[in-house]
Amino acid sequence: MPYALREALAAFRRAPMLTGLSVAMIALSLLVVGLFGLAAFNIRAVIARLEARVEVIAFLRDNANFAEVTRAKIELEKLPVVRSVTYISREQALEIARRELGELREVFGTLEGNPLPASLEITLEPNQSGPEVATSVAQHAGRFDFVEEVQYGREWLEKIYLLRRVAGAATLILGAAFALVAALIIGAAVRIAIFARRDEISIMRLVGATDGFIRRPFLIEGLFSGLLGAALALLLTWTAYRLLSDSLFQLEWVPDLWAVALFALGGVLGSLASVAAVRRHLREIS
Amino acid sequence: MIRFNRVTKEYARGGLALDDVSFEIKKGEFCFLTGHSGAGKSTLLRLIHMADRPSKGEVRVSGYSSERIRAKEIAMLRRKIGYVFQDFRLLQNRTAADNVGFALEVTGATPAVIRAKVGRLLAQVGLAAKAEALPSELSGGEQQRVAVARALAHDPLVLLADEPTGNLDERATHGIYELIKSINAAGTAVLFATHNLDLVRHSPNLRLIELDHGKLVYDSAGSA
Repeated sequence: MPYALREALAAFRRAPMLTGLSVAMIALSLLVVGLFGLAAFNIRAVIARLEARVEVIAFLRDNANFAEVTRAKIELEKLPVVRSVTYISREQALEIARRELGELREVFGTLEGNPLPASLEITLEPNQSGPEVATSVAQHAGRFDFVEEVQYGREWLEKIYLLRRVAGAATLILGAAFALVAALIIGAAVRIAIFARRDEISIMRLVGATDGFIRRPFLIEGLFSGLLGAALALLLTWTAYRLLSDSLFQLEWVPDLWAVALFALGGVLGSLASVAAVRRHLREIS
Repeated sequence: MIRFNRVTKEYARGGLALDDVSFEIKKGEFCFLTGHSGAGKSTLLRLIHMADRPSKGEVRVSGYSSERIRAKEIAMLRRKIGYVFQDFRLLQNRTAADNVGFALEVTGATPAVIRAKVGRLLAQVGLAAKAEALPSELSGGEQQRVAVARALAHDPLVLLADEPTGNLDERATHGIYELIKSINAAGTAVLFATHNLDLVRHSPNLRLIELDHGKLVYDSAGSA
């Protein structure tokens, strides 16, 4: 086994308390990143579900010609941002109203005629439901003569859109801040490990070991601690997810790629922090 | 092999440590370096080891110049320089053999080479029987012998000894001195820093350099 790998493993054996402490520190700081990622993912999922429900509804005049409406339906369906267009006849509208508004069934039951208009319900593609897209589709639909009015909940839509942008920015900024804090904590843990082995390092220097040779075991040790800490952080995040899901509210688990990214983040932060700390120590002792 | 050319070393906090020092040490030479505490002996040795660079002037060691040497070359140079200290600087959690082997290990020697060489070195310093002892199980004189064995691991051209007998009793001092003289007899140059004037007086025919407040005030070779 090469010297660097052997020494890195020996460090775990020689000072299990110290390495355990670094792994725990890494795990806890990455746990914050993990929990934050879980929250960010679920907020995004909720927003996506809300957005999927965005519909543009074009109410039709009573005298609308069915052939024209069908042509309009086909035309609207050809728009790339539109997922589907459904024609709801006046009778269907009344049926839906009776079903959905149970407490008013009496009212609908006693009506002599049908007061509800026919409509075209336009569902947008999932990623195309921003306010601009909905407005342009609504304007397109409004240009047909037989369309009396178009509704699409503009204000509501703009609020969701704003929420999504704020959540996106918060994910980026807070995620980067938490990762930075994790890196600083890992750096501190490595400094402790280096301090514990400062005699060894100064003797390595004394007898002519190159700086690269001195750095290597710490690099590997940092990588191992980082990966181990990240694995622990993932396990803790998953436990928190299970506990929350079982007791408070139903959450979705993050995609595998996010979990892999956290694992990789642990390894990268662990090795970078190690290299930086050893480099600094070697400069200090000249 | 070692040449100081008008070397001055000034520390930002400690002030002037060496002041316009010039001398030369040839291959295989033995040289005492004396002076009171703070005269600049350790600074001079650190400059040879390139752990410090001169503020003015040039230090040349085995073809490397303090003005041009790169970090990687410093590591290579140090393999040609053995270094022993007053406080031994052994790793307390490793045996005598592992302390010596460590010097070979960290420069990439194979386990077979390390085993053979460590055995030979410990025999040379008279500690073959105590290879598996930890430093805490050895006397001061024995610990310094381990340190000497480690310093010889790369067959150095020069051995720098910084007050190697400072922590030892008279008998151990004599033993270490004789050991270092035998190493010199085998061809390794020695620069022996000490303020034990008894040692110096017992060897009137060896070269002596004396420092005082950073200045070279006496050189028995006559180049002062």
